[in-house]
Amino acid sequence: MADLAINGDSAIALAWKQIDPDVCAAYPITPQTIIVERFSDYVADGEVNTNFVCVESEHSALTLCTASSSAGARTFTATASQGLAYMWEMLPITSAMRTPVVMAVANRALSGPININNDHSDAMAARDCGWVMIFAENVQEAYDNAVMAPRIAEHHDVQLPIMTNIDGFILTHAVERMTPLDSKDVKSFVGDFKPLYPLLDWKNPVTHGVMDGPEYYYKHKYQMVEAMENAIKVTEKVFKDFKKISGREYRLVEEYMCDDAEFVAVVLGSSYGTMKAVVDELRAEGKKVGAIMPRLYRPWPDKHMTAALKGKKAVAVLDKHAPIGAYGALYADVCTSLIDMKDAPAAYNYIYGLGGKDATAKDFRTIFEDMLAGKAAKYTFMGVDE
Amino acid sequence: MDLEICWHGRGGQGVVTANEILAETAIREGKYVKAFPEFGPERMGAPIRAFTRISDNPIRIHSQVYEPDIVVVLDGTLIGKVDITGGLKKGGIILVNTHDSPEEIKSALKTGEKCYTIDATKISIEELGRPMANTAILGALVKVAPIVAYPKLEDAVTAKFTGKLSEKMIVKNLSALKRAYEEVH
Repeated sequence: MADLAINGDSAIALAWKQIDPDVCAAYPITPQTIIVERFSDYVADGEVNTNFVCVESEHSALTLCTASSSAGARTFTATASQGLAYMWEMLPITSAMRTPVVMAVANRALSGPININNDHSDAMAARDCGWVMIFAENVQEAYDNAVMAPRIAEHHDVQLPIMTNIDGFILTHAVERMTPLDSKDVKSFVGDFKPLYPLLDWKNPVTHGVMDGPEYYYKHKYQMVEAMENAIKVTEKVFKDFKKISGREYRLVEEYMCDDAEFVAVVLGSSYGTMKAVVDELRAEGKKVGAIMPRLYRPWPDKHMTAALKGKKAVAVLDKHAPIGAYGALYADVCTSLIDMKDAPAAYNYIYGLGGKDATAKDFRTIFEDMLAGKAAKYTFMGVDE
Repeated sequence: MDLEICWHGRGGQGVVTANEILAETAIREGKYVKAFPEFGPERMGAPIRAFTRISDNPIRIHSQVYEPDIVVVLDGTLIGKVDITGGLKKGGIILVNTHDSPEEIKSALKTGEKCYTIDATKISIEELGRPMANTAILGALVKVAPIVAYPKLEDAVTAKFTGKLSEKMIVKNLSALKRAYEEVH
């Protein structure tokens, strides 16, 4: 297929069209709206066989998706910000029921104050709910992640729901050049959904979603922990297989110019692209700097991050959310990967880009300059005039 | 080629669509693009901005454009109300939809950079029957800054409106495009 001029939301909708899931239930919310609008066009035009269910809220959307996935249907949804917050009660239930629902999240700041723009406060607030989470740097990756997501979630060693995150507006509403895959390649790559114990298998009746006493609850949680750990290997395998059909190579922890780097910055999402441009700029000035992005965020790719940071002098971790009263979540995660390291790099936390505050190359440059000058602080809330 | 454009307009004037058509054209020419609006609560008539990056290489910077090579103003009444010239690169270009002359705009903006004007609203009223200047301004833009080849722009306009506008309206949009391409000064 020829390259397309397409925005991130439409690219995800296109991937979904090529996958043709059994069920999609969603409630529109900016900046995710285009995904479900486009996809409902495909449904209305008969280009997919999906049963599209209009629901009255995000809570209902995820409840329906969890039930439909339990029944044995490949099920997709999408949301953002308050929509994800409204799903919160269901998030850990979807994962505990081991229903591999695929959800696109167009990352947007959580209210309040009310704000429609991008940051990662929605995803970060949902990070410990038992969902696999992947992030994208650009529209191409938004599409590629959407194609790969069901393979990761539905793998029998995983059987957990997955969030494919893209930066609201910065990617959802930006037109970029994207190379789509042939629909038949997508279809054969994704394959059929083979649920382990579908409710609708009436010859082998099972019960889903029952109450657990302490003993079983504990064991079930342990099973989820194991399944999440399995997602590391499964995701690596899916990335490898994806390269065969696309030529595009992805890694759990992406590294740019890190081999001989002394100072590195860890970021998620579109900021990784901007950071790479800054790395090039500073490299041209002879500075040994690099950039890192954990493409897979949950499960936390601990060993991979440790390997990426080994031997560095310092690491800046940029969080696009602000836990009030603690360090950024990404920073805390990175620190866990440093804890056993001999001569571990110094680690600095930068809070940036909240509520759509533009993340510029100029700002990112100052982070490296801080580190190079030995002036970086453990915690910096960027861009606030005092 | 690495080119950055900043668009000024008002909500409802089709800035986003014009930006997307330009992006589509550049991609048809094998270039890489990032085209996006400034994001806020879109309101009819309120000043809005949009940004375009066009390059021969994959585009990695995802921030807004701060130092454009070209500024396109889809609504001349914004002059004096929003910062048009801020950050414009030396040797840059300003294109304004207005009935004023380039000299008048130059002095209103107090700029030494090159200004071009086109009465794209008049053209669109005459050609389309309504004041929708976004297609016309694209014709003028490609004339004053040959970012993409004009025939490719026509193809992209046709592709963008196919299925959305009647064939007749698409032809009218192409006439507006052509007239602005020829009449810009």
